[in-house]
Amino acid sequence: MTAAEKAKAPPIDVPRDGPELTGAELQRRLARTWDSPPGLIGWLSSVDHKDVGRRYIVTALLFLALAGALAIVMRLQLARPGNDMVGAARYNEIFTMHGTTMMFLFAVPVMQGMQIYLTPLMVGTRSTAFPRLNAFSYWTYLAGGCLLWVAFILNIGPDVGWFAYPPLSGPQYGIGKRADIWAQMVTFTEIAALAAAVSLVATILKQRAPGMTLARMPLFVWATLVTSLMVIFSMPSVALASGMLLSDRLVGTQFYNPVERGDALLWQHLFWFFGHPEVYIIFLPATGFISEIVATFARRSVVHYPIVVLSLVATGILAFGLWVHHMFATGLPRVGYSFYTAASIAVSVPTGLQIFCWIATLWEGRPRLEVPLLYVIGFIFTFVIGGLTGVMIAAVPLDLQLHDTYFIVAHFHYVLIGGAVFPLLGAITYWFPKLTGRMMSEGLGKVGFWMIFLGFQLAFFPMHIAGLNGMPRRVYTYPAGMGLELPNMLSSIGSLVVALAVLLFVVNMVKSVLVGKKADPNPWNAPTLEWATACPPPRYNFAHIPMIDSRTPLWDQGKRMPVVHGLRVEDRELLLTSVLAAEPDVREPSAEPSLWPFIATLAVTVMFVCSIFSPWAVLFGAVPVTIALIAWFWPKSPVPDPEPTIS
Amino acid sequence: MNRRAAICVLLAAPLANCGGVQTALGGEGAEGANFVRLFTVFMIVCAAMYLIITVGLIVALRRRKSALTLDDRRHHETSPVLRPALAIWTALVVTGLAALTVASFLTDRSNAAVARDSRLTLTVTANQWWWDVEYHSPDASRTVHTANEIHLPVGVPAEVILKSNDVIHSLWIPNLAGKQDLIPGRVTDLQLVPRKAGQYRGQCAEFCGIQHSLMALDVTVESKADFQRWYQAQLQPAPPPAGSLEVAGYGYFTTRECSSCHNIGGTPASGQIAPDLTHFASRRSIAAGTLPMTQANVARWLADPQAQKPGNHMPNIGLSPDQVRALTAYLGTLK
Repeated sequence: MTAAEKAKAPPIDVPRDGPELTGAELQRRLARTWDSPPGLIGWLSSVDHKDVGRRYIVTALLFLALAGALAIVMRLQLARPGNDMVGAARYNEIFTMHGTTMMFLFAVPVMQGMQIYLTPLMVGTRSTAFPRLNAFSYWTYLAGGCLLWVAFILNIGPDVGWFAYPPLSGPQYGIGKRADIWAQMVTFTEIAALAAAVSLVATILKQRAPGMTLARMPLFVWATLVTSLMVIFSMPSVALASGMLLSDRLVGTQFYNPVERGDALLWQHLFWFFGHPEVYIIFLPATGFISEIVATFARRSVVHYPIVVLSLVATGILAFGLWVHHMFATGLPRVGYSFYTAASIAVSVPTGLQIFCWIATLWEGRPRLEVPLLYVIGFIFTFVIGGLTGVMIAAVPLDLQLHDTYFIVAHFHYVLIGGAVFPLLGAITYWFPKLTGRMMSEGLGKVGFWMIFLGFQLAFFPMHIAGLNGMPRRVYTYPAGMGLELPNMLSSIGSLVVALAVLLFVVNMVKSVLVGKKADPNPWNAPTLEWATACPPPRYNFAHIPMIDSRTPLWDQGKRMPVVHGLRVEDRELLLTSVLAAEPDVREPSAEPSLWPFIATLAVTVMFVCSIFSPWAVLFGAVPVTIALIAWFWPKSPVPDPEPTIS
Repeated sequence: MNRRAAICVLLAAPLANCGGVQTALGGEGAEGANFVRLFTVFMIVCAAMYLIITVGLIVALRRRKSALTLDDRRHHETSPVLRPALAIWTALVVTGLAALTVASFLTDRSNAAVARDSRLTLTVTANQWWWDVEYHSPDASRTVHTANEIHLPVGVPAEVILKSNDVIHSLWIPNLAGKQDLIPGRVTDLQLVPRKAGQYRGQCAEFCGIQHSLMALDVTVESKADFQRWYQAQLQPAPPPAGSLEVAGYGYFTTRECSSCHNIGGTPASGQIAPDLTHFASRRSIAAGTLPMTQANVARWLADPQAQKPGNHMPNIGLSPDQVRALTAYLGTLK
């Protein structure tokens, strides 16, 4: 408590937490300060990271269900050769919607939702940095998702693939407004992702509890830091790409039109410079889940912590040097390809090291085979196959055969479902008490795990063979007699098993929310700070900000954890700490609930949707956006209160 | 083909199709054979790595003694053995991956070396959703123009120049070689060295619009003599129609909408935006691999192309059944 002890005596007139104000009285007053206003307006103006995170997660899971339903439709169509259940045009819309929804509306948002919910709890603070920006992020994401799905329901949904290669998506071949809706949906989600990422980076770097140096940060927080920085560096690339596509389509800029000396390949460079890091933006948070779950259920801290951290950072950096491996068949110079082969194979080294550390942790520990750990085991068995097929397609001579076939479909579902969805389901089970206050059913959880694990293998392993047997991706039908009947039938049956398993997971969630066992603050005996507060946490997260001197504070410091005193109680106030050593720095006011982020999203939505139809909408639509932003940032009080510093 | 057999076993034998007309495991071309060899090497190394990881995981889960856990308050300690274990694991991974990278480079070089002595040049131009094929000859009168099929003499390296007239496509004939994109505004190329005579199938591998699925082409690899015979036949103009039904079909073809898009050498039909039909009946399939070449299928196609391949650019021009019969008969003479 050295730093806090040095604090100047606070002015008497402002109530602060401390020895004189603690316990139930403090909690009552903090709850009043941090509560959201009642009613619908209050619901819309909440800036609580727990509300935003929960909304993100629930919305993303709804999009998962929608995109999963489309997957089932595709598998039914492909169950038999020459099937005519779904026509060519509709099928193209369906696989475009499936990929777009899964990547932009499920995978990235659900990870960011978990990060928004958990990060402030794990670093021991009362809110995220920029809470209004966080709320704006969610509303913008929701608007983008609604735009895409309303368009699909109105039969003007995109049909150019989730990658939307021009010229197919350009004005000459992508007729109608389908491709514009896709590109504008990307604009919404990239703004949302950037806003959330900025907020998370600032939270992690400046709001960690005193004593939580970078070397004591939970591994999930490290993963969040790395992925959020990756979002900040990669999203501008797709913003540029989709912006240029929109201007090609709307005002005839011809960036991608080879006839007018544009270049069709420019899109692919920009898109994959975002698209490949995107995979790690989805995967690295999942490795964060794994590290936390492994530590808790092996009942020891993760072995070789620095190696895991360096692996995360190395993956984050290498991920930006791989994008050309999506373009091996485009005829770029062979020497250049060699570098991308080497880099793509090299990126599996840090992941291999992480896997070693997890297995070593289980080896050193005494693993309890509960549902979250089952998902970790399922993850290793499944993801490693996807990682190894990834090594195969990094080699140019192999990729030229396997690229754009069902082998690739198998590969990235092994990586994304095995590598991200399995850990996510484990993480939801693990943090469910923190999210809802109740435990998930263990019996249903185990049945669900085995169903999804085995169903997944049945659905996706045969796709490797379909690809080798000559089945390209994105086909709505295939001829009989090429050895494709059996693998496709098996895949279709497997997909139904997966669908049932997901349904079972949902049933388990709903049942557990309603009648699940009530959870103590730390039901798994976990080591990290989010378990130091109630399930679910109060609005203010922590009555007192804890002080940390270990990577596993709840195991090492137990109930006698020292705390910081002196934060205001009647105003929302956070403790900022220094970036590296997490020494107390300043006290910082935190934004009050506000309706303006929601209104700003409405204004932005009107501008974006109208600009699909006319470039003038950008000009006129900017006026309400500006008004909303001015109101959002309008200073609350012209005279700032005097602010004593802590140290 | 021991290697092929090895892969088939590795990949759950009953599912893998090593003798098909469109399979990456065929290895009937130089690059295709290189793929099979390299894929086998990768499979073996990757299977070994997978085995090490999963066995390690199972052992770690079943181990029950000398745990360093919270229960003994030793949860921050690690066994001394883990430090060398990490070093060995890292060395193993790096060595394995470096070996695979080198194997990949060597194979890539071998594929590139194939390109140096091509003796046959043809251009494949992709269109939504069919392939235009042109064989070049220094003598312009010996240029052959066909569509949706290529014939190659066995053992002769061929250079395929790739272009696109509209969107990005990708030419993939897995039995012979890997795929290569056809990109508007760019020229790419593909080297094919067929090593075994046979009938194969290629397909578009880059999503190119509504009928991406039905954009295939027939590949025939034959002896040099057979290839020369085929080439000579392709140089001939279409024969004049003989029977009355064929004459009627010829009349419809040259006076109705057909000839504004399609070309038939030696007739007034000289459209250039749809497949050349001069030797239509000598091909194995209709509409870029959509239907097998039979009289009944030709009639079905003519009666309603949109029903067979929805969204393709050939409109239903409302032919009467008699006209369909006559046109089918005439097209059947275009051997």
